[in-house]
Amino acid sequence: MLFDVILHKLLPPDLTRTPYYRSLLRNILLTIIIVSMIPMVVVSSTLYLQFRQSYREKVNDHLRELVQKHQQNIDNFLQERLTDIRLMAARNGHDRLKDESFLQRTLDLLQQEYGSVFVDLGVVNAEGNQEAYAGPFKLAKAHYGDADWFRTAVKTDFVISDVFLGLRGLPHFIVAVHSSASQPSWILRATIDFVAFSDLVNNIRIGRTGIAYILNREGKLQTSPGTRPMPADIPDPLLAKALWDSMSAGGDEVRIVLKANSSGQENIYAGAFLKNGDWLLIYQQSAEDAFADLDRSFFITTVIMTLGTAAVFLMAFALSRMIVIRTAKADEEKKLMGQKVVETGKLASIGELAAGVAHEINNPVAIMVEEAGWIGDLLEEKEFQDSKNLDEFKRALAQIQTQGRRCKDITFKLLSFARKTAAKEQDIQINYVIEELVALSAQRAKFSMVEVKTELAEGLPMVRVSISELQQVFLNLINNAIDAIGNKGGKLTLSTRAQNGFAVVDVTDTGSGIPAANLNRIFDPFFTTKAVGKGAGLGLSICYGIINKLGGRIEVASTVDVGTTFSVYIPAAEGD
Amino acid sequence: MSIAKVLFVDDEVPFVEALSKRLAKRDLEIIPAYSGDEALKKLAEQTAIEVVILDVKMPGMDGIETLQKIKKKTPLVEVIMLTGHATVESAIDGMKLGAFDYLMKPCEIDVLVSKVSAAAAKKRSHEEKIMQARLKEITMRRA
Repeated sequence: MLFDVILHKLLPPDLTRTPYYRSLLRNILLTIIIVSMIPMVVVSSTLYLQFRQSYREKVNDHLRELVQKHQQNIDNFLQERLTDIRLMAARNGHDRLKDESFLQRTLDLLQQEYGSVFVDLGVVNAEGNQEAYAGPFKLAKAHYGDADWFRTAVKTDFVISDVFLGLRGLPHFIVAVHSSASQPSWILRATIDFVAFSDLVNNIRIGRTGIAYILNREGKLQTSPGTRPMPADIPDPLLAKALWDSMSAGGDEVRIVLKANSSGQENIYAGAFLKNGDWLLIYQQSAEDAFADLDRSFFITTVIMTLGTAAVFLMAFALSRMIVIRTAKADEEKKLMGQKVVETGKLASIGELAAGVAHEINNPVAIMVEEAGWIGDLLEEKEFQDSKNLDEFKRALAQIQTQGRRCKDITFKLLSFARKTAAKEQDIQINYVIEELVALSAQRAKFSMVEVKTELAEGLPMVRVSISELQQVFLNLINNAIDAIGNKGGKLTLSTRAQNGFAVVDVTDTGSGIPAANLNRIFDPFFTTKAVGKGAGLGLSICYGIINKLGGRIEVASTVDVGTTFSVYIPAAEGD
Repeated sequence: MSIAKVLFVDDEVPFVEALSKRLAKRDLEIIPAYSGDEALKKLAEQTAIEVVILDVKMPGMDGIETLQKIKKKTPLVEVIMLTGHATVESAIDGMKLGAFDYLMKPCEIDVLVSKVSAAAAKKRSHEEKIMQARLKEITMRRA
């Protein structure tokens, strides 16, 4: 798994091997990532969704307002044109308007007032034949009897037609008024300039793709595209039908629909009905364009999220790595300390045991030695003098005496290792003890070709110790050092220094060193590497017991074949 | 005639028995006692006792306490402390309280005998001096 590979890369190899640190790292990593990511994702997505919601509402409101305004404008425009024509018809009457020159003057008047909105005027009789015409086209005798607008106008008295090509072959639409008050009835019709009308709608432009247009019931375009090209899907009869259907639910209200067109592009459509539901004004914009700001904010959110995620991951990796390495270090230290504590405890209980054993052994040994002595006394009697084994008896008894003495030595040493009662202590300057001991050991050192050096610091704190015990400690250490150097010659340095309320004596030799495996055991009673009979393995135990009792400690640093340094820390006397 | 009459006090019965035999063979008269109380009782009964060999570590009344009581009742009787290793310090304390000497168990029999002899000699010389002093007093009084 990739995760495990990363884990392996993260940690130093010695930690990776331990499953405990691997799972610790994984747990910390996952916790940090989850705890950091969840709020970030929740906050970001909530904010984004809220923002999207309100932004869409805002866009929709804006579109709705826009479309509504134009709906009114266009309706007003159409209504006004219709009113113009009705007014014209009512005021002038059929007879005057039949006169083409009058009709032309009326058209001029209208064009003066409204620009090129009115293209032409025509008077049509009840049969649909045009009686009079004013305008740029030659349509004087045109027959409109079959035209939709004509039929509608006869029925409803006025009409605004859909856009159609008609006789002239150009898109236009017609506003017509049917005057049924006089008989026979007649119709005044005006052609509205398609371009002028389209401009009303074409003015609605927002963004890059926003465009407005008008559809009739058949889904045909009622406006020209203007400067902006018409979307390819307009007029698409299916889409137009669908829009028409979805808009009709809203009545006169502006309806907004989000719809994908045939090519899959999602568009926003805002629609409103015109001309009492005959026409549909549609504003169309691609959703992408309409919500461009939204997309930008989505992009920014995504970038921030990505950067945040990357930062969280980086931090999680760095932090968990640091924590695990620190933990490992702390564990290591704890383990070392644990060893030290165990050792102290171990030696203390060994000491108690040794004292007990020594005490209990001592009396029986004393009795045995006395009984052996008594046998020796009895052997002096005359009756035994002739025994052939007399010498053998005497030798055996001497051996018992010798071994008894050996037991005595060992119990004595054991007891001094475990001694609790304080020997007589006094305040002394440690340097004196060292100088004295160096002089004492000089003979032995010279014999082993060991060069003894002292580096004694001035101004050491006084220590409260029993001189004889302290002598015992350093004599043991010096003897060990000389033994370690062997007879190949070397250097033994005794240096003193003061450190944090301790007087410290370093005993450094250039001897064989202590293998790491033995380093933990050197203070154990009866641990020795010397030949049988050369050492009981109690020297360092006794040193340890004495220094421990003083509240000090002994530290060892040793490298095989380079040498060993014993550092003895003795606490300074109180009030010093 | 023995070298000295000795009261041997130790709670270890076999040790007392063995050492008593050996000391007896070396012309010492040994009276054994197995506790501090017994020692004080025997000392009161037998006024001829010159030297006490006293073990420091005993159950009940220990050597030091026994020593103090002996020195109070019979100051002239010399006491040799016998000690295990752990009690060397108390043996030294004993010396300060008026013990003649101290020996560590197990001890060389010859050393012990010579210490006892020296102690007995010291006691006798003390007694001699006291006797002389008394005689002198009596003579002076007569004169």
